Amino acid sequence: MRLELRLAGEGGQGLITAGIILAEACAEYTDLNVVQTQSYGPESRGGASRADVIISSHEIDYPQVKKPDVLIVLAQEACDKYLPTVKDGGTVIIDTTYVKPVPEAQSQRVKVIEFPVSAKARELGREIVANIVALGLLVETTGIVPKDAVIAAILDRVPKGTEELNKQAFAAGVEAAKAL
Amino acid sequence: MIKNQARLLQGNEAVVEGAIAAGLKFFAGYPITPSTEIAEQCAAKLPAAGGTFIQMEDEIASMAAVCGASLAGAKSMTATSGPGFSLKQENLGFAVKGEIPCVVVNVQRVGPSTGMPTSPAQGDVMQARWGAHGDHEIVALCPSSVEEAFSLTVEAFNIAEEYRTPVILLMDEVIGHLREKVVLPSKEELVVKEREKPSVPQGEYKPFAMKQGNIPGVPPLAAYGEGYRFHVTGLTHGEDGFPTNNPAIAEKQLKRLNEKISSNKEALVKVEEFHLDDAEIVVFAYGATARSARKAVNDARAQGIKAGMLRPVTIWPFAEDALLKVKAKSPKAVIVAEMNLGQMVLPVKRVMGDSVPVVQVNKLAGQLIEPEEILSAVKEAI
Repeated sequence: MRLELRLAGEGGQGLITAGIILAEACAEYTDLNVVQTQSYGPESRGGASRADVIISSHEIDYPQVKKPDVLIVLAQEACDKYLPTVKDGGTVIIDTTYVKPVPEAQSQRVKVIEFPVSAKARELGREIVANIVALGLLVETTGIVPKDAVIAAILDRVPKGTEELNKQAFAAGVEAAKAL
Repeated sequence: MIKNQARLLQGNEAVVEGAIAAGLKFFAGYPITPSTEIAEQCAAKLPAAGGTFIQMEDEIASMAAVCGASLAGAKSMTATSGPGFSLKQENLGFAVKGEIPCVVVNVQRVGPSTGMPTSPAQGDVMQARWGAHGDHEIVALCPSSVEEAFSLTVEAFNIAEEYRTPVILLMDEVIGHLREKVVLPSKEELVVKEREKPSVPQGEYKPFAMKQGNIPGVPPLAAYGEGYRFHVTGLTHGEDGFPTNNPAIAEKQLKRLNEKISSNKEALVKVEEFHLDDAEIVVFAYGATARSARKAVNDARAQGIKAGMLRPVTIWPFAEDALLKVKAKSPKAVIVAEMNLGQMVLPVKRVMGDSVPVVQVNKLAGQLIEPEEILSAVKEAI
């Protein structure tokens, strides 16, 4: 089993942090192998920002994501750029707060999940936790990492005083994925 | 939830963890992408480990500071990328000549010149070997995982201290920035070596003695400030460290300087042999490229093709003996895969001679070579 995930949005939406948290959850709380990479430099400035995570029960040889099984996008530019990279039959989760519906040519090729990720985060109190809502959606959709491992990794990393908000954000993402 | 023993670490972070575990006490640098995290992490962690971090005015000065700190007894390191590596060469040569233990990390990016700062390459392999002028030996290690970024940094310090020589940790951007699950060894599991210090009375100490020391040709090194007064210069020097133009002394000292490395290749050169026993096609790959090569070998095997990989963990001195073993089995081809125009091809061809064809897979685009590119070369060669 080797699952390739891509989290993409604009710089500042916290998707690289979300990718690192997911990878830390796998590394530090499970037996799964994991590698994480991200966009750097010109690629990460201004336009789309990207974090990739590969999770596997085996040794991970080639460490890069070419065709993600699952993509989650929180910004239009990121969607335009990375949707074509999703493998046929893969899944794309789009934040309808900022991303237009997926064109038909693509929606026939991949499974599309729509949810207002950022609006939900705003409703919970602060849009800054949209990345954690996204993580909840991703974890529930893929089912590859135990949720308590991810919650533990979130709590390891988030600033003091924001624990409850982040837990709520994660739970909201999980619930949303269950309902869809 | 209870944490396991593993951590998620970035390659550059693992270098710093390894360096501190090996006893790093002084880092001087001039941060440059894609090695910047090494300087950042040293600044954050070294003071707490009883060490000193200093950001110098440039790469030349930072290499000079590393030489000075090491001569004062501190295990010392700097980190850079291609453009900075070029600037460090003069003082790197000084460290070779002055026999100053130190570790120089080069996280390779696309060159020449400023090139593509955030994109990987392996274009400094020959610069690592011959960037400093004059006849000299150099030790360079090439990690292909985050775990190895840690363990080879420890190894780099051990070699530097034991052989009184600079050691280059030749990484690439892929491994430098990769985050990976690693289990770091405990303090008890780690082997950490220290430089040999002189035991002779102060007046009798010869810092460049021909025949002293635990390893033949490696004289003990005193630390400035501990009572021994001695002279270190880039000029060719005698056993006492003072310049000489005496041809006989020059010849002897320069031979010793080279032979302390070249006559210990067996101990210094490490390789990984992956499915080589029955391999008809052998991929020669190092650093991040070896990750793609490993997948290509696995995929080839799944298709019934007997492929294998020889991975030089030590890139310099050259893994000649391991290649001779490969040659003795008469494979159909050796494929040299690297993110450059083929810098290791001629050294491999020199060993293979006319009897084994050597095929190249190269990439200059600032991207890791993909497993499929190596696999198709394997299929063509079979």
